[in-house]
Amino acid sequence: MRGALAALPAAFFALFFAYPVATIVGRGLKGDEGWRLGRLGEVLTRPDILDVLWFTTWQALASTALTLLVALPGAYVLARFDFPGRRVLRAVVTVPFVLPTVVVGTAFLALLGRGGLLDEAWGVRLDTTVWAILLAHVFFNYAVVVRTVGGLWAQLDPRQEEAARVLGASRLAAWRRVTLPALGPAVAAAALMVFLFTYTSFGVVVILGGPAYRTLEAEVYRQTAQLLDLPTAAVLTLVQFAAVGCVLALHAWTVRRRESALRLVDPAGTARRPRGAGQWALLGGVLASVALLLMLPLGVLVARSLDASGGLGYYRALRSVEASGGTFTVPPLQAVWNSLQFACAATAVAVVVGGLAAAALTRRAGRLVRGLDALLMLPLGVSAVTVGFGFLIALDEPPLDLRSSWFLVPLAQALVGVPFVVRTMLPVLRAVDARLREAAAVLGASPLRAWREVDLPMVRRALLVAAGFAFAVSLGEFGATVFIARADHPTLPVAVARLLGRPGELNYGQAMALSTILMVVCAVALLLLERVRVDGKGEF
Amino acid sequence: MGTTKKITAGAVAAALGAVTLTACGGEGGGSGEKPGGAGSKTVTLVSHDSFAASDAVLKEFTARTGYTVKVLKSGDAVEAVNKAVLTKGAPQGDVFFGVDNTTLSRALGNDVFEPYEAKGLDRVDPAVRLDGDGHRVTPVDYGDICVNYDKRYFADRKLAPPATFDDLAKPAYKDLLVVENPERSTPGLGFLLGTAAAYGDTGWQDYWKKLKANGVKVVDSWEIAYNQEFSGSAGGRKAGADRPLVVSYASSPPVEVLYGDPKPAEAPTGVSTGTCFRQIEFAGLLKGAANREGGKALIDFMIGKTFQEDVPLTMFVHPVAKDAALPELFTKHGVVIDKPLTLAPDKIAQNRDPWVQAWSSLVLK
Repeated sequence: MRGALAALPAAFFALFFAYPVATIVGRGLKGDEGWRLGRLGEVLTRPDILDVLWFTTWQALASTALTLLVALPGAYVLARFDFPGRRVLRAVVTVPFVLPTVVVGTAFLALLGRGGLLDEAWGVRLDTTVWAILLAHVFFNYAVVVRTVGGLWAQLDPRQEEAARVLGASRLAAWRRVTLPALGPAVAAAALMVFLFTYTSFGVVVILGGPAYRTLEAEVYRQTAQLLDLPTAAVLTLVQFAAVGCVLALHAWTVRRRESALRLVDPAGTARRPRGAGQWALLGGVLASVALLLMLPLGVLVARSLDASGGLGYYRALRSVEASGGTFTVPPLQAVWNSLQFACAATAVAVVVGGLAAAALTRRAGRLVRGLDALLMLPLGVSAVTVGFGFLIALDEPPLDLRSSWFLVPLAQALVGVPFVVRTMLPVLRAVDARLREAAAVLGASPLRAWREVDLPMVRRALLVAAGFAFAVSLGEFGATVFIARADHPTLPVAVARLLGRPGELNYGQAMALSTILMVVCAVALLLLERVRVDGKGEF
Repeated sequence: MGTTKKITAGAVAAALGAVTLTACGGEGGGSGEKPGGAGSKTVTLVSHDSFAASDAVLKEFTARTGYTVKVLKSGDAVEAVNKAVLTKGAPQGDVFFGVDNTTLSRALGNDVFEPYEAKGLDRVDPAVRLDGDGHRVTPVDYGDICVNYDKRYFADRKLAPPATFDDLAKPAYKDLLVVENPERSTPGLGFLLGTAAAYGDTGWQDYWKKLKANGVKVVDSWEIAYNQEFSGSAGGRKAGADRPLVVSYASSPPVEVLYGDPKPAEAPTGVSTGTCFRQIEFAGLLKGAANREGGKALIDFMIGKTFQEDVPLTMFVHPVAKDAALPELFTKHGVVIDKPLTLAPDKIAQNRDPWVQAWSSLVLK
């Protein structure tokens, strides 16, 4: 029965991920005379490749450490302090996570590059330095820590720590002995996710790092798309697979440990107004760091989207085809509509596939099904160019010649959305007590009725949250979309990138205006999510 | 595990789908027509991201031939060509546009195109017909990659802007030039090939040593070089850029006029005419095209007068047809490059990767 539930997600994964990726990797590693695995050693001993591996690893470690350092206080504040605007703040810190890297790269260049705020104030320029990369990574992943750690933190019973203090433990000792062990697995899980996202960083590194810095992901892109050196790209893809596989295995392990018995309480009861100078200072510090690191780059985008006199000229220009000078055959504003449609379709696919997978994973799962869990996370860690090129050469024959089908865009976006759906649904589905369902059946309810009366009310909110997240991620997805989006159906991120690729003030202004629109659409989706948040149980 | 659970789970799944589908309403995004096919009325043009054509011109093609053009943008120029090579035999579309003299040998060597002699080819300058009588590719446009300068910067300092490669290495122009990384950018590669054409197979390395000593700055993309570093562009002025020399195109000055806000009477930037490398772009019928007849009609149309007169203002390149008139924007604000530098496609194919690698260890390290 679990097998039946798992069949659709497994088939989806096999067809739209494993098969294309295996095909492109196979094309690289297979010669006329059979497999050429000697390539592995050859490539992996090249000094330039070793440089890439070294840089990829240490920048990911540094990014993860920095993100934890900056975001853990934020997680604490959002979990334990009650203050006006808390809900808005939680949505705001999540906006960066779903913004496409083109937009973020532009914002950071405007801030850290020549003529940016830092440059004007102190003459400091950080673009083409590793600092720009690290700061952008913090910007992107702040929400991962806040949501993963903060969600749990809000549910830990504060009375346990208080009890320890009553029994004579110092504040530090109580925290170290009681809270830290409970939070540990969540912190580890967050750290591993941040490591995964920064290890596979592409856009940030290419836009902000300049030619001197190259991650594995960027190198796979270069070897595949630019040099057509498929053997080298295949080896690098395998290396990335191995690394991502390790991270995911570790992650799965920490998640399982996290699910071990913790006595959780309603988060509404754990937050209180800050007391004393120390707590107010902490709140102030967190607000300041959020303002500086997260809001400022977004603010710069908005400022640049307004024309010289502070008017809305660039926004108005988005309505005409002519103003884009033939870049688009449709008004750029049409991209908003395209994006919404694609995101809707992608959300539908992601929710069905991810929901089924989560349902299959719910019951005490065997090793096989647990493997499915990790498998569905893999697309997060494999380069879009590998998947995209895989689509090109694997899905090229009827009935599977999907390459020119509009549906390929939502399919590719769904691949990225599924892991989020699984991670959101899983904890909630696991919490539904099977005995309730059985009781309903005993009392004569039909299976459908039992589902409607028992399961649905409990998972509905989680479902909406999952859908919302998949929707936001799809809206911002760039890597795979740019690869397959049709010229007459540009999505928002694609339109931004194309506008940035042309000279002239009007194009630049329109790119900023579209970025702002994308940001607002994402923010609205996330704010709606906040309204239906499921007790912080989801992992994102 | 009973059937009850199975049914429950199935129902959950069905509802999951239903909820989101209804929540989102219709999912559009594409028309239902099947692309390709012998009798198809759609012809698919695969191209790079910079492809652009006026809506009216594409409609005229449909009015004349009955075929509708579907454009599939496939990444930057090199990436698009590489995809065409990878999908050889089962192409993504019928016609490929955007292979240029730097990538031509790879495309021809991999046998991507089917020969077709376009109607009206006699109106095209023989100098740009690089495949001669093979007719595997048809030239469509050309453009020159040249150093651009910020007119105001040089006027303010009463300094003559540089005109040649040699000038760029002179002390008067120290720390003024920003170029793109040839590994990742087409203009960057064009500029490198221009120096190789000017100084010879080995001489170019000495020249770059001089450029490096003279403070050349390398960035990854044209977007960054032009909009963030170059003081003469609209974006650069806004960003407080301070490099008055940049590798861009001979057509960039007219574009600055076109998109100026308000439009300036004169282009704010100029072109160093002695630094130009000519890039020629071609279209070809893809082998295995589903709609060969439509593809041929499209190639004919692309060298026809209507399309040719459209390319200057959509892609900012020059038409190859002798009877195509240039728009006023180009005749008024553009420059004519008398002696552009060029290299044979075969020579580029042989040397491209080693040169770029040599350049990389010479300039970036």
